[in-house]
Amino acid sequence: MTAIGATMRQELIGLGGIVERNVYLTKRYFLWDLAFMVWTIANTLTIVFIARAVHVSAAEENTLATRLLVGAVIWAFLGIIFEFVTETVAWERWEGTIEYTFMAPISRVVHLFGAAAFAVLYGLIRATILFFAVAAFIHIHLPNANYGAAFALLAIASVSFMGIGMMTAVLPLISPEKGAQLGFVMQGIMLVVSGVYYPVSVMPGWMQAISKISPATYALRGDRGSIVNGAGLQWADMWPLIIIGVLAMPVGLWIFSLGEKYAKKHGKLKRSG
Amino acid sequence: MSTIATPLTENTHVRRDTPAVEVVDLTKEFRRRDRKAGRFARRSMPALKNVTFTIERGECVAILGQNGSGKSTLVRLLSTLLINDGGEARIFGHDAYKESRAIRRLVNRVSVEASFFKKMSAAENLSYAARFYGMGPSKTRTAVPAILEKVGFPAERRGEPMENLSRGMQQKVALARALLTSPVLLLLDEPTTGLDPRSKLEVQEFVKDVRAEHDATILLCTHDMNEAEALADRIGLLDRGELLFLEPVEDVKRRYGVNTLEEAFFAATGRTFEDEQTEDDEYREVFG
Repeated sequence: MTAIGATMRQELIGLGGIVERNVYLTKRYFLWDLAFMVWTIANTLTIVFIARAVHVSAAEENTLATRLLVGAVIWAFLGIIFEFVTETVAWERWEGTIEYTFMAPISRVVHLFGAAAFAVLYGLIRATILFFAVAAFIHIHLPNANYGAAFALLAIASVSFMGIGMMTAVLPLISPEKGAQLGFVMQGIMLVVSGVYYPVSVMPGWMQAISKISPATYALRGDRGSIVNGAGLQWADMWPLIIIGVLAMPVGLWIFSLGEKYAKKHGKLKRSG
Repeated sequence: MSTIATPLTENTHVRRDTPAVEVVDLTKEFRRRDRKAGRFARRSMPALKNVTFTIERGECVAILGQNGSGKSTLVRLLSTLLINDGGEARIFGHDAYKESRAIRRLVNRVSVEASFFKKMSAAENLSYAARFYGMGPSKTRTAVPAILEKVGFPAERRGEPMENLSRGMQQKVALARALLTSPVLLLLDEPTTGLDPRSKLEVQEFVKDVRAEHDATILLCTHDMNEAEALADRIGLLDRGELLFLEPVEDVKRRYGVNTLEEAFFAATGRTFEDEQTEDDEYREVFG
């Protein structure tokens, strides 16, 4: 095997190791995850029930409930991605394994990509359960839904989400105590400007301008189109996601590498912070 | 079947014509707030001051020092977890900071804290660690039980979560993790601190076995003078970031005209080994 082939093989095994570790941990914390799932469903219901309180026709009420549900599901999906990626560092620091992971011969690209890839897979499963659980509970009718297109668009958007997650993953390296929480600030801001429960057009002009560089804007718009109207994948939603994704991954890695260098310079890459 | 990930002879990153470790004028300092000098004032706190030494391949060297002396800083610099402020460190000829990827293939460590995913079992933790070194499931299926058996870990407890294991048992798994990846340089940072006497002896015996059976170079940082004397070919004394000497124990005793390492420490520093730490020592300990 050539040197490049051997390195590639080692990196792939390392990537599998990160996914495997997260599978082990998810199994161990299954009951906690179940409790968290109940909380997520309850939280989503508090949002979707708003549609029931609006006095409009039954068809309009169903559309509004669906639009709110898509927003809440994407919020939950992003929450999982940011939680896993941002806690790549925070979790390892808490367990005390951070030094062993960061001194292992695996590239940071593979390390972060492994964490993010598991987060996307796990997030998609949870988002699917959440969507159908709430839709069934509140009796939402989805006769035209194009689930394939919605799922595919979310997968494309995930590349951008992973890149942005990598940018926030650096925060616990800089601030071990509060860094992880700042990742959720990023998540909230991104969704606010992306029209998570409302059309982007209702926001002030400057927020609408920012919404154009948020991948969540296109994921929300495209997924609502697919679930409510049965639309297929729209190029108008896909090309911005592809461009943002292509840029977000290397920028995320670059920002993480700067944070890692800072942590190594100042002695912050350690278990106790 | 070997439990070794990559036999030394196959490791392309080992340069045979160079010492295992070459450290020249290595310097590291941390900046801290200095409230006495003003609200935003900071001052530099040297953790290592122009440390220079060499370790030959296959040698076991112990670095003695009190808490906050710079031992952990040295280990973390050599394991690429810190960036130096001056000087250089080379491991098998590779620059520790410019060629950190190559270094990581050669080095592993055991620290004072075992550090595992507590909900995962010993076998799962070892498999996870081994993946980073290119060991796939087919290899770890046999290598993990073999290495655990070698460190005396009971087979029936392999599947138990780490949080159910005693400190001594966890430290055995930590040793197994370090050896599973077949490091040619093993960094032991107070591996027996906090262990009961029996576990301590078991770990020390295991380190001797590693030296006898594997072509590994060992850097042992400890504040246990008996352990250093029992395991190492040469002993160094790191005091407040300065390496005062590094030589065979008999030479140390002869140099200071003393019978024990405790007396040598007193002769070299003017303090006893048990003397209280200063505030600066504590700071070095926290960041190093």
